[in-house]
Amino acid sequence: MNDKGAAGLLEHYDPQGYFCEMLGLPGQPTGFTRPVWERIGHLGLDELHARARDAALELYNFGITFTVYTQKDSIDRILPFDVIPRLISPEDWLTIETGATQRVTAINLFLHDVYHDQKILKDGVVPRELVLGNKNYRPEMCGLDVPFGTYVHINGTDLVRDHAGRFLVLEDNGRSPSGVSYVVENRHLMQRAFPDLMADIGIKPVSNYGQKLHEALAEIAPPGVDDPQVVLLSPGTYNSAYFEHIFLAREMGVPLVEGRDLVVEDDRVYMRTIAGLEPVHVIYRRINDDFLDPEAFDPTSMLGAAGLFGAYRKGHVALANAIGTGVADDKAVYAYMPRIIAYYLDEEPILPNVETNICREPEALKHTLAHLDKLVVKPVGESGGYGITIGPRASRKELEACRKQLEADPANYISQPMVELSVAPTLVETGIEPRHVDLRPFVVTGRSTWVLPGGLSRVALTKGSIVVNSSQGGGSKDTWVLE
Amino acid sequence: MSNLLARYADAAFWMARYVERAENLARVLDVNETFSRDTRGGRNWLSVLQLYDDGERFHDRHDEATAAAVRHFYVLDPENPGSILSAIRTARENARTLRPLISTEMWVQLNIFHNRLRALAPEDLSEPRIARLCGFIKESCQAHTGITEGTFYRDAGWSFYQMGRALERADQATRLLDVKYHLLLPGPAAVGSPVDLSQWNALLRSASGYHAYRRVRPSGMTPTSVAGFLLFHDDFPRSVSACVKALGATLADLRTRYGLAGGVQAMAEVEALRDSLEGTNIEAVVAGGLHEFIDGIQVRLMAITDGLSQEFFGRASAGSEAPQAATEG
Repeated sequence: MNDKGAAGLLEHYDPQGYFCEMLGLPGQPTGFTRPVWERIGHLGLDELHARARDAALELYNFGITFTVYTQKDSIDRILPFDVIPRLISPEDWLTIETGATQRVTAINLFLHDVYHDQKILKDGVVPRELVLGNKNYRPEMCGLDVPFGTYVHINGTDLVRDHAGRFLVLEDNGRSPSGVSYVVENRHLMQRAFPDLMADIGIKPVSNYGQKLHEALAEIAPPGVDDPQVVLLSPGTYNSAYFEHIFLAREMGVPLVEGRDLVVEDDRVYMRTIAGLEPVHVIYRRINDDFLDPEAFDPTSMLGAAGLFGAYRKGHVALANAIGTGVADDKAVYAYMPRIIAYYLDEEPILPNVETNICREPEALKHTLAHLDKLVVKPVGESGGYGITIGPRASRKELEACRKQLEADPANYISQPMVELSVAPTLVETGIEPRHVDLRPFVVTGRSTWVLPGGLSRVALTKGSIVVNSSQGGGSKDTWVLE
Repeated sequence: MSNLLARYADAAFWMARYVERAENLARVLDVNETFSRDTRGGRNWLSVLQLYDDGERFHDRHDEATAAAVRHFYVLDPENPGSILSAIRTARENARTLRPLISTEMWVQLNIFHNRLRALAPEDLSEPRIARLCGFIKESCQAHTGITEGTFYRDAGWSFYQMGRALERADQATRLLDVKYHLLLPGPAAVGSPVDLSQWNALLRSASGYHAYRRVRPSGMTPTSVAGFLLFHDDFPRSVSACVKALGATLADLRTRYGLAGGVQAMAEVEALRDSLEGTNIEAVVAGGLHEFIDGIQVRLMAITDGLSQEFFGRASAGSEAPQAATEG
């Protein structure tokens, strides 16, 4: 608005010693972000707030919401959106792109191995019981070949940046990673609300995700099917991620089906149409393994289709992601990922892990119990940020509770040193303040691997918080990979 | 391109019906100022309850049919499945099911419309404001229809949408006529009286048919000719005959275009209804009993819905096992 206010708005921004996505290391301002940062300053606080309000209203009107169910009512909430984008330099992007590709390549080789010859177990690189005793290991998959050896067709790799700006992998999401709809919708929203901020800045596009995904899914269709029918299988409108299911079905131009729309006859999958049953060749399923087929897995499931697994085994239908991928994104297996990458690819990880103590190992448990107040303790089976104890921020009582849980069931936990998550400037009531962020790039693999240039930047909107999950007060930002 | 999912056909059909239903209810409430005057000139909101056969359900919850209570019952009562709020909620839920199929504009408009209705307060229904509110509801429904016409991809989903709209319109027209028939006939002396005519006038207006009627009949107005206009006049888009013909044409086109084996029963019902409309005229209908004739139409309309439900939506009948949003019967 006016220059004086603009300068003031940026001058008061202080990353407090953290690595900042906009300004880089303290005292070393990052050059590539300068034009955007200056334009934000020129817009001024009032204008930023006005546009942020419009953006929130638009998200609500578009129904880009997740549904929170209470006993009495259902409430549609938007995922809070921060209008200040998070920028990624071309060099950093190259690291992420090659690193994420390397990782998913290793994960697919690992999955093929553990469902076939189990060499990595025989060679003692990964403990046998960690894999075979894992609740997400599916013995039904043993000996089954999947097209191109691709098990994880869609992977979400959660990355954080430490105090030096180094990208680290926090966890892998190789089952049904969600959030890509926000990546694309956030960009569309920014294009409408901030054309002036984006003008003449080369930003890699994200809007072709649907086409890329459809291409990959078509590649894995059963042999001999030229024009495969791809469908998206959703648990239905009551699922909190239903918006994303709609988004993906629309972007790919494929039907969104529910289990009740599917029928399996003679090991072939069909959907119920107005003209009767029509064949289905590829299912992008957004329901868990357990619920896919009541005959093969959870017999109480109403969400899948009886007989689906039989059709899958015969190769008459392809599933993305494959069944049994949960064994690879397990938080305990995660700890072995650098060794898994070295084992199959004979390479150093391009994106390192956060140092991880596997509490099932006595040494690691001892170390964890001795340094509880300095470590982050995570249960291996949970997602969504639940059950995490952040040592340096926990009360004495919380630490005691954590100690008891660890001693009772050490195999259920890992611990990691607390990473000083990077921050990004974020619009708050009184100005612009640093907030912690992470990044989830989306990696699509059919015959080959493609990484969506960008990803979901989740931001912990509560001051000081490092929990970015949407279920716990997280929001999102548009992520710009510069050309 | 694959054929339309049965569940989507169901949802498109009912989305159209519920929006059309809400629009008609808004029309009725809008003209109720005159529509509801009884023979003594007093306002009688009971007639609206009668129109929708809701007397019992209303009286379970309210002692007296006051204007305020009836307005609330029909506009904002979330417990009344026949309220405008409930109809738009169901239409929106069907639209949500159809999100992969319909345009973003269709979805956004219905979503905003539903949010606005939810935000209404009781004072928005007060007598001085009700006309404006009904105007807003009508326009929102019409905006939906217009956006749909302008953006809905013309596949089988569009056919089911059109059939739902035509069916509901025909149904609403017969309801309007039927209630007038009841109100007017008990006192033969009142037929043709000024009060009687003002009611038929209001009836035409509630169907947006007054001006169209005047163009066809520049002078005079008789109950018989008004009823005839609403039943048989093919150029009036809300007449029963026009709706049934549109329904038949859409269904025939759908079956040919997509080579569908289903729809036999529904088509037979449509043809029988069309024949019964073509084979008579209003004088004969009045002589034989308007109420009985209308009853016959309504039974056929239900049979058409049943036929579509069984042969296309994969349901045993219209009333059975409704998908989570789609319907009632």
